Amino acid sequence: MADIFAYIEHDQGVADDSALELLTAAKKIFPDAPVTAVVMGSGGDLDKAANDVAASYNAVWKVDNAAFSFPDAEAARKALVNILPADCVLLVPHAHLGMDLSPGLAIKMDSAFVPDIVDVEGLEGNTLKVIRQEFAGQVSAHVHADISSGAVVNIRPGVFQPDESKSGGGDVADKSGDTGDISVKRKYLETVQAEAGEVDITKSEVLVSVGRGVEDEDNIETMFDLAEAMGADVSCSRPIVDAKWLEKARQVGTSGQTVKPKVYMALGISGSFQHMGGVKGNPFIVAVNKNAKAPIFQVADVGIEADILEFVPELTEKIKEL
Amino acid sequence: MEILVCVKRVPDTAENEIEINSEGNDIERDDLVYSVNEWDNYAVEEAIQIVDKVGGSVTVVTVGDEESEEVLRREMAMGAQNGLLLTDDAFEGSDGRGIASILAAAVKKGNYDLILTGAQADDGAAEVGGMLAAMLDVPYASLVNTIEVQDSKLKVGREVEGGNQDMYEIEMPCVLSIQTGINEPRYVGIRGIRKVASVEIPEQGASDLGIDASTVGEKGARVKRMDYFMPEMGEGAEMLEGSTEEIIEKLIEYLKAKGGLK
Ligand SMILES: Cc1cc2nc3c(=O)[nH]c(=O)nc-3n(C[C@H](O)[C@H](O)[C@H](O)COP(=O)(O)OP(=O)(O)OC[C@H]3O[C@@H](n4cnc5c(N)ncnc54)[C@H](O)[C@@H]3O)c2cc1C
Repeated sequence: MADIFAYIEHDQGVADDSALELLTAAKKIFPDAPVTAVVMGSGGDLDKAANDVAASYNAVWKVDNAAFSFPDAEAARKALVNILPADCVLLVPHAHLGMDLSPGLAIKMDSAFVPDIVDVEGLEGNTLKVIRQEFAGQVSAHVHADISSGAVVNIRPGVFQPDESKSGGGDVADKSGDTGDISVKRKYLETVQAEAGEVDITKSEVLVSVGRGVEDEDNIETMFDLAEAMGADVSCSRPIVDAKWLEKARQVGTSGQTVKPKVYMALGISGSFQHMGGVKGNPFIVAVNKNAKAPIFQVADVGIEADILEFVPELTEKIKEL
Repeated sequence: MEILVCVKRVPDTAENEIEINSEGNDIERDDLVYSVNEWDNYAVEEAIQIVDKVGGSVTVVTVGDEESEEVLRREMAMGAQNGLLLTDDAFEGSDGRGIASILAAAVKKGNYDLILTGAQADDGAAEVGGMLAAMLDVPYASLVNTIEVQDSKLKVGREVEGGNQDMYEIEMPCVLSIQTGINEPRYVGIRGIRKVASVEIPEQGASDLGIDASTVGEKGARVKRMDYFMPEMGEGAEMLEGSTEEIIEKLIEYLKAKGGLK
């Protein structure tokens, strides 16, 4: 049986939520095997993060290097190739860093790459059986990966229950001396913080969120009318920001804002995981979409199959009459 | 600057309801609207804008069948100078690694300073760019949403969580995967499409590229899709039924109860 490792993302000494989700996924792949956390960073923050996960994992490998004081997937990839056993299984969160790191790592380790999985069905011999989603979440697929020469597996954040059992209690081993040459041809300069917008949607209790279904910039006004009648703020999905119809600060999702409203109205939004990843706190979700099979209807509380351009003005009228 | 952009013909998920065929081994492909992968379109636009500024040329490449030629032509109508179709029965059923190795073989036959891919495509795997870079042994940055040319280097911005951006300096040649929002892809009219309709697009197969056919396609794949199925994701929403008036009435009751009306 191959060794299994989990790549831990952390910020300011605190391990990301994904750290305990990867543990659940790891145990689904190899139910009885010890799982090792790999924590890369530098200084006191690294120690804090490593100790943070030590209670949950059987072992923790910390890799301390100034190169990892900022996000550097290129250097991390080089280090990991030298540190990890060649035929191991490494789990990585399918997020911005994981997407930068993993595909190339799989090539350098000569491992299988299994991207963005949402479930593990099990292991049969050297065949890892997982479930993925394709076509923006509209259909699922059973996927089999040959892991006889190892695998890098990217795990979709938020789909595996975090393993809170704290049944690890492993030691922290220092692997900083084993990285070898980690010089790279890509140099980190700085992190530019997101600009603040007109409204702070992270504080809104009610959001009217507009997706690509709005079809045209001119129709956005209609959605603002509804928001005004409801006393809500307007947020949106990414394509609306890409088209420059609304400002970035209104974007909900993994590369936008995390919102925690009481009520979330998703209008013409398909419900991709990157979008829903920004909707937290278990709000009451209303989805209006003209496609009855849109994935958003799986996560919404109440669904309406309708054209938003027809439905929303009527709804606004009725609310104004109240 | 010589730029290669990898593109893919995909079913348009915004326009189509994706259904599974009766055997469950593929999606129902009749009547699907196809287009160029959304992210690739941004990559081609960016390449054209760079070449407009610093000179050079843009080549668009795809691994696919004869029908994939239409997306090459579309991107050429946008302003890419050259197209290249990598096509062979042996390529069918390739996994991400297979596709990346076919592209890597084509890259090695050319002389490119910069290779762009879309951040991801219809399978949401986000793998080809990173694999390609590793195979070519050149630096890589994913989810790039700004590019600034500085002599033999690029200054690139990578999108990260919360709308923040990590800035890097990266040496060329390199591979970048492009995130949407980096630019506004130009509109391609019928006239543009007509202009390139008769341009010859070269084709290359496994032997032209010097690829051992057993390392790509289904045979070479370590990761295989067995079938498609409809996701089961809990109970789903309570769908409101009835006349629009009835639906609105029910919805308003819900909104009042849940604090959605102020
Ligand atoms: C790394 C990465 C990060 C990302 N981060 C984010 C993020 O932070 N936020 C985000 O939102 N996305 C993000 N995305 C993009 C995400 O994957 C989706 O592409 C995006 O969320 C889709 O937005 P949408 O639902 O508005 O559009 P689509 O998926 O195109 O859906 C539009 C929906 O509207 C419906 N519709 C169309 N017309 C009408 C009508 N007249 N009436 C009613 N319904 C209609 C359609 O049936 C469809 O379901 C990210 C992607 C990547 C790769």
